[in-house]
Amino acid sequence: MVPRQRLQQRNNILDIFLQQLINGLVLGSVYALIALGYTMVYGILELINFAHGEVVMIGAMVTLAVVNMLLASGVDIPGIMIVAAGLLVAISVCMALGFAIERIAYRPLRKAPRLAPLITAIGVSIVLQNVAMIIWGRSYISFPPILPMTRHEIGGAGITDLQIFIFLLALVLMAGLVMLINKTRIGRAMRATAQAPEIAGLMGVNVNAVISFTFILGSALAAIAGLMVSAYYGIAHYYMGFLLGLKAFTAAVLGGIGNIAGAMLGGLLLGVIESMAAGYIGDLTGGFLGSHYQDVFAFFVLIGVLVFRPSGLLGERVAERA
Amino acid sequence: MILGEKKLKSRLLVVLLSTALLNLAACGKKDTVPAADGEMVVKIGAIQPLTGPQSHLGKDNENGTRMAIDDANAKGISIGGKKVRFELLSEDDQADPKTATIVAQKMVDEKVNGIIGHLNSGTTIPTSKIYSDAGIVQISPSATNPKYTEQGFRTAFRVMPNDVQQGRVLGDFAVTRLGAKKVAIIDDRTAYGQGLADQFETAAKAAGAEIVTRQYTTDRSTDFMAILTAVKSENADVLFFGGMDAQGGPMIKQFKTLGLNAKFLMGDGGSTPEFIKLSGGNAEGAYSSLPGLPLDKMPGGKEFSDRFTAKYGQIQLYAPYCYDAVSVMIAAMQKADSADPAKYMPVLAGITHDGVTARVSFDAKGDIRDGAITLYQVKNGKWEVLETVGGAAPAPAAAQ
Repeated sequence: MVPRQRLQQRNNILDIFLQQLINGLVLGSVYALIALGYTMVYGILELINFAHGEVVMIGAMVTLAVVNMLLASGVDIPGIMIVAAGLLVAISVCMALGFAIERIAYRPLRKAPRLAPLITAIGVSIVLQNVAMIIWGRSYISFPPILPMTRHEIGGAGITDLQIFIFLLALVLMAGLVMLINKTRIGRAMRATAQAPEIAGLMGVNVNAVISFTFILGSALAAIAGLMVSAYYGIAHYYMGFLLGLKAFTAAVLGGIGNIAGAMLGGLLLGVIESMAAGYIGDLTGGFLGSHYQDVFAFFVLIGVLVFRPSGLLGERVAERA
Repeated sequence: MILGEKKLKSRLLVVLLSTALLNLAACGKKDTVPAADGEMVVKIGAIQPLTGPQSHLGKDNENGTRMAIDDANAKGISIGGKKVRFELLSEDDQADPKTATIVAQKMVDEKVNGIIGHLNSGTTIPTSKIYSDAGIVQISPSATNPKYTEQGFRTAFRVMPNDVQQGRVLGDFAVTRLGAKKVAIIDDRTAYGQGLADQFETAAKAAGAEIVTRQYTTDRSTDFMAILTAVKSENADVLFFGGMDAQGGPMIKQFKTLGLNAKFLMGDGGSTPEFIKLSGGNAEGAYSSLPGLPLDKMPGGKEFSDRFTAKYGQIQLYAPYCYDAVSVMIAAMQKADSADPAKYMPVLAGITHDGVTARVSFDAKGDIRDGAITLYQVKNGKWEVLETVGGAAPAPAAAQ
């Protein structure tokens, strides 16, 4: 029965590949949502908002806090509604936070040298981490098992309701964002501000309002991404935003920072690269490099992009604006 | 509009540097009270991760140590004719070997009389040389990597059986009791996780199981989907994870997400309530081992756990071992009638002390003698005792 065995083996390899692809796409869709926040802000202000990862963390923490509070109060509503309630609160908190960060840390420095807002960004990030540590403690917080975990088999690979939901919601949100930017008045104002803020101002665009709106929008997406990450992995902690932020930033650079479609592509691609790398690197290198290098791959990618194509996959090289 | 590479790189560097600085700045504190007349202050250093994913364990260790020190102070011990006040110097090593050596040096500069720590093998091994050079006694409550006591340092002791013993028990258990034929192993590449996984692998192979895959993660990871998928492809019937609860909990959740049906087994790093909490309801049926007897089987165990729980809340993991480490150290100081490490070290090496986890006595290397290993399984959301392997019976009436 040798041929049949071989066939089975080949099927097995395909199943695993499919499973890694699913893992990667789900992870990547979360990266993409976060990367959008980086790229939108960069597109308009040419600022890397390094506090963005922390907004994701706050989103996850607030959602969990509300969910745990509702569960403790013993209200009898379905799990999905509890999570939705938590998410609504988290989105509002993060929107306010995004607005406040821009107002306090970036707006006063808009005319300052470029390094100044970068340093306040790092400052905000450290402050948020420590505030979260004070409020929610230093331990991991677990996500209560209230979401449906039904698994579906797709040709030997498994996918859960939650994974499908994360992926679809991310796609819907991205489509919605593209519509918003291309089809609405505020979207046009955003594009105008990105191209030339002074001229947009002269044309009657309220530049400050547009910038605030961009931060609020990015933070809302970050809150949703925070929920996704914590529900997917089942945990949240005060430090989670740092690595997530760096990876999403990598995704944004990979796609071409400042480019909306680039952030989405970069996010999905980075998720798949990481997943495949972690799944196969051990076998490919004969155990020399193991799956613990998973996180490092994101940064290999970042270095590779910076060396060979600094403008990213979809970005164009544009002359520095004075 | 695109950032120049140089600028981008320097920005990243700034981020990394500033976090590193912040981490350093966040290190520990001590509660100092000036010495009263005729009173001798004996400083005991406790080092464990107080920030990061293992901070719940570090806090637990610190509390165990603190309780032992408070108890000793309440007893009003005299050494060398002077009344002694024990002082706790607690520091954070972030479970990071580099930070740990800095903190260890700080302890040496403080001239502590003894060290309880570190929590992790990865921090205990590199710091043991620093303490050895300074001649300071170090008792690790929880480092289990064999290498710690194999370096020939006379200052190095531990109150928990090492991974050779634990790995052997786990490997045997997986094959003979769980019926494992195909075993998958994941470890977190720390001295502890990797060491235990290696011992487990040797034992499982010796017992006749096949190791179908070995995968790696880190002690800060949260995403295990990719490696678990690789494990799934091998149809293993037992998955052993050498690592801590902060990874183990999320791992078993993702393990269930992928629909794996292998049995899940961990060492002492997973044997905590935190593991069950982090699993989000997926821990049922998981196995773990923990060196030492179950607390309720120990003479002073029940009383210890009641008092500890009343004061600090649920015991996470190593608090009882910290308590034992401190009390055996103080017992040696009393017996030697000196808090000078050079004087009480030989006494400590030959002491027999009834602790809350075991009857503590050390072999020539500084390892605890005849350590027992207990196996646990999650039943109805709680770790329940399955069986205990080895170990000397404690003296029945020697509760202290």
